[in-house]
Amino acid sequence: MRAVSWAMAAGLLLAAACGNEGSQRLAEPVTIEGDAILTPLGGETGDASRGKAVFTDREQGHCVLCHAVAGLEAEFQGNVGPPLTGLGDRLSPGQIRLRIADAQRIWPQTVMPSYYRTGGLNQVGEAYRGEPALSARQIEDLVAWLSTLKTQDGEE
Amino acid sequence: MIRAGLIACLVFAACSAPPEENGAPVREPLPDDIKRSGTAFLQPDTRALQADDFANPGFLWIDRGEALFRAGVDGSKACAACHGEDGADLAGAAAHYPLVDAASGELLNIEGRINQCREQHQSLPPLEYESDNLLALTAYVAHLSRGEPVSVDVTGPAAQYYEMGREYFFTRRGQLNLACSQCHNEHWGEKLRGDTISQGHGNAFPAYRLEWQTLGSLHRRLNDCDEGVRAEPMPLGSETYKAVELYLAKRAEGLPIETPGVRR
Ligand code: HEC
Ligand code: HEC
Ligand code: HEC
Repeated sequence: MRAVSWAMAAGLLLAAACGNEGSQRLAEPVTIEGDAILTPLGGETGDASRGKAVFTDREQGHCVLCHAVAGLEAEFQGNVGPPLTGLGDRLSPGQIRLRIADAQRIWPQTVMPSYYRTGGLNQVGEAYRGEPALSARQIEDLVAWLSTLKTQDGEE
Repeated sequence: MIRAGLIACLVFAACSAPPEENGAPVREPLPDDIKRSGTAFLQPDTRALQADDFANPGFLWIDRGEALFRAGVDGSKACAACHGEDGADLAGAAAHYPLVDAASGELLNIEGRINQCREQHQSLPPLEYESDNLLALTAYVAHLSRGEPVSVDVTGPAAQYYEMGREYFFTRRGQLNLACSQCHNEHWGEKLRGDTISQGHGNAFPAYRLEWQTLGSLHRRLNDCDEGVRAEPMPLGSETYKAVELYLAKRAEGLPIETPGVRR
């Protein structure tokens, strides 16, 4: 009983100490099961062709800064992150969703941004405060497109 | 008592654990055997442009700086009157900046020293940060140390600024939540789209950046990196950026001054 209340006190303290400016970590509360977010963000339905544009556009996700996808027509794909070729074979949509929304929850030291994170950040530029780097819809579009990436027989 | 301590630890670990507590690299500068100037990471054509003193556009500012150095303004003494016609007395000086000025206790970079000379020795108003004239004089003075290994003092009164700069380097910031160290210590040599990430040394600044179409200070480059992670950048010439400049100089120790660099 006492152990429980100590744990609760610790939990409260944690919540109070981490929720910078009283905000939650992500732009909306999510339920994480295992290493996945099963429910689409913001109730959006993703669109794969839009997702491909989010992945390459400088003004949107610009994921090609760090990731390459074999066969994608985009110049200068980066290699700071692993190639995402055939990603749909390796990860479920829910797993992809959590990795985009909050990669730093899975890999605390990663250089990959948490695209749906708004809380517990530091020195955020005025124009970006309180806003996630990508909207729920943009993330759902990415999930839809990345899930279609399959390794063809005989390739890779 | 013990429990309270445990909770405090938990809180600390969950919110703001410094990298070393999570098994990430210790906060040390890169070892000498892997330390390389940003020039080593350039495309061959950009590197060739930097190496050619006649084609390197940074020399437009060096020439302008030299002219300013020799000219007395409004009847004031010229820089050259005190420091030698060809700046000979200042050869090597820039390699030891930033430093703490003994008289004022202030952290000075080259820009700051030049403005101090203007105010104290020439009775002229300070030049605006990032103005062409201040860039030209700074580049000229730095260029007088070309080839000289960077070597700064971070002891005594400079120690607090060194710590401040180091803290900034290892702190995550911005909407994208990245620290300088994550790109320049942990991912240098990798491709961020068209750029190869360098180790983030300042030894070629002020440098001509093709993207800027002009010469710019190290602080302008830091401003770009901060904006890149969508952080609120610090003002150019601010104490914070000067402290980062000091940390970067210590971290680049031994690399030769290359001003004027050419960058993408
Ligand atoms: C600044 C670099 C960077 C950017 C930008 C970036 N990532 Fe990543 N990403 C990484 C790294 C590094 C990893 C590997 C995780 C780790 O160990 O740090 C990763 C991992 C992933 C994974 C998991 C891959 C696997 O096989 O497990 C997915 C999915 C992913 N990224 C998608 C994206 C998407 C979509 C975007 C754009 C919205 C993006 N990334 C932008 C660096 C980046
Ligand atoms: C998301 C990755 C990233 C982050 C974070 C980052 N930089 Fe950079 N930085 C770059 C890239 C890309 C360049 C241009 C290519 C190069 O020279 O590395 C660059 C260039 C530089 C340069 C010029 C190097 C040269 O030789 O021209 C310096 C100095 C520098 N960064 C310092 C910093 C500091 C200090 C911070 C933190 C305030 C920082 N960077 C944060 C990616 C980053
Ligand atoms: C009337 C003499 C005088 C004039 C004019 C003058 N300086 Fe100085 N300068 C000094 C003195 C003296 C010092 C040593 C520090 C001090 O006492 O201010 C100095 C220091 C410096 C240093 C630092 C040298 C070191 O080893 O740390 C630089 C760089 C410098 N001056 C550049 C300039 C430039 C550029 C101009 C013109 C814009 C200029 N100075 C004009 C007298 C002068």
